[in-house]
Amino acid sequence: MSRKTLLNSKEIEIILHRLACQLIENHNDFKETVLIGLQPRGTFLAKRLANLLAKEYNIKNLKLGLLDITFYRDDFRRRDEPLEATSTEMDFLIENKNVVLIDDVLYSGRSVRAGLTAIQSYGRPSNIELLVLIDRRFSRHLPIQPNYRGRQVDAINEEKVLVTWAATHKKDAVFIEIK
Amino acid sequence: MKHLSVEHLLGIKYLNKNDIDLIFETANHFKEVINRPIKKVPSLRDITIANLFFENSTRTKLSFELAEKRLSADVINFSASQSSVKKGETLIDTVNNILSMKVDIVVMRHPNVGAGVFLSKHVNAKIINAGDGTHEHPTQALLDSYSIKEKLGTLKDKKIVIVGDILHSRVALSNIFALQLQGAKVKVCGPTTLIPKFITSLGVEVETNLKKALEWCDVANVLRVQHERMDIKYFPSTREYTQLFGINQEILDNLGKKITIMHPGPINRGVEITSDVADSDQSIILNQVENGVAVRMAVIYLLAEQVKR
Repeated sequence: MSRKTLLNSKEIEIILHRLACQLIENHNDFKETVLIGLQPRGTFLAKRLANLLAKEYNIKNLKLGLLDITFYRDDFRRRDEPLEATSTEMDFLIENKNVVLIDDVLYSGRSVRAGLTAIQSYGRPSNIELLVLIDRRFSRHLPIQPNYRGRQVDAINEEKVLVTWAATHKKDAVFIEIK
Repeated sequence: MKHLSVEHLLGIKYLNKNDIDLIFETANHFKEVINRPIKKVPSLRDITIANLFFENSTRTKLSFELAEKRLSADVINFSASQSSVKKGETLIDTVNNILSMKVDIVVMRHPNVGAGVFLSKHVNAKIINAGDGTHEHPTQALLDSYSIKEKLGTLKDKKIVIVGDILHSRVALSNIFALQLQGAKVKVCGPTTLIPKFITSLGVEVETNLKKALEWCDVANVLRVQHERMDIKYFPSTREYTQLFGINQEILDNLGKKITIMHPGPINRGVEITSDVADSDQSIILNQVENGVAVRMAVIYLLAEQVKR
């Protein structure tokens, strides 16, 4: 198995700032906007972005939710290993809000599909956007595209895109692993 | 990744501690789900569940049905009182007829001990025992333990007394197994006639003095006197039972500590427990009902995971 670094911590930092600026461009003061990180891996990116927006761009009262999609997935009973749920932390409703769904890697689009269904349990949002750090081109099973993307990658199916975060893995990095 | 170690939920007897932990963890997630504005997830939309109740039930049946519907399963209900069982059909025939309608999971309550085990050997579906005679009622014990854990944080070394008609209670037996698996200490308390002869072989102590039992415990799980299962007189009168084993606010106030009161329902108010106790802040009776749905969702979800496609 070989591993290639796609993004280092400096590049990720720049990308995070760009994504934050793009969000501000569309959502101003975030009064009617909520950020929702998809559990488990999207939450790291969501927390980092929320932190950046609050500290560097002085966005106040930013609403951040963490959404578990386990019970909305379409591969229940179709996997060898059972699905393990994680916690949902949503202490607000999304009725008439602008929702930004956040995940680290967009691959088949199935997690996002599950996220779109799960989010309906919290009301009818005004609109939903998708933000991802890595957009794997040509691998979609569903007609889902991101509104904000960190980096677009052409990776073949045998390759795996792995994102690590300073908070959990000591450093920010994106790797491509070839099995 | 975790699986249940069993293929059916026939009794707590067949579970291990990891199974209970997995069920509780999953129930935590479902408890969050049932407190959302939209309390439903689509996980089980291709699963069909039959609720077969050969014995009366209100709360368990409603709780199971709600749990199944919250998971988006298709549900069919069957009550023995309105069926061909009255015309002499056997259990296997009834169930096989229902299974030929392509049912994946059967939730069954039956007056005979071991009905669930019997069924699991003869039909090709996951079986959940919703009470078999005076034997086991596993989901009730799970939700009781879950509720205690929610209130006290842990079950380890907690002292639980089960008060009342132990002899006719499936709740008592399942509770004893579940509580001991999780490291709790269990006593039973009631008239000697309503305590099974060999109960101490399960590692529980018997206490016939209610006051002493309550002084000892952290939690009292109060059971109903099951008149419908009594073919002979087990105690002289209901009034005498209430005087000796009924829990009222005065007894609790004199304990010098605040214990938690539970009851699996249905309550005979004024017999085993007075209304002021049942409705007090010490009672977690309604939490038990809410948790019942979450715990049953967890059990159904984890068993459904094993249903072959």
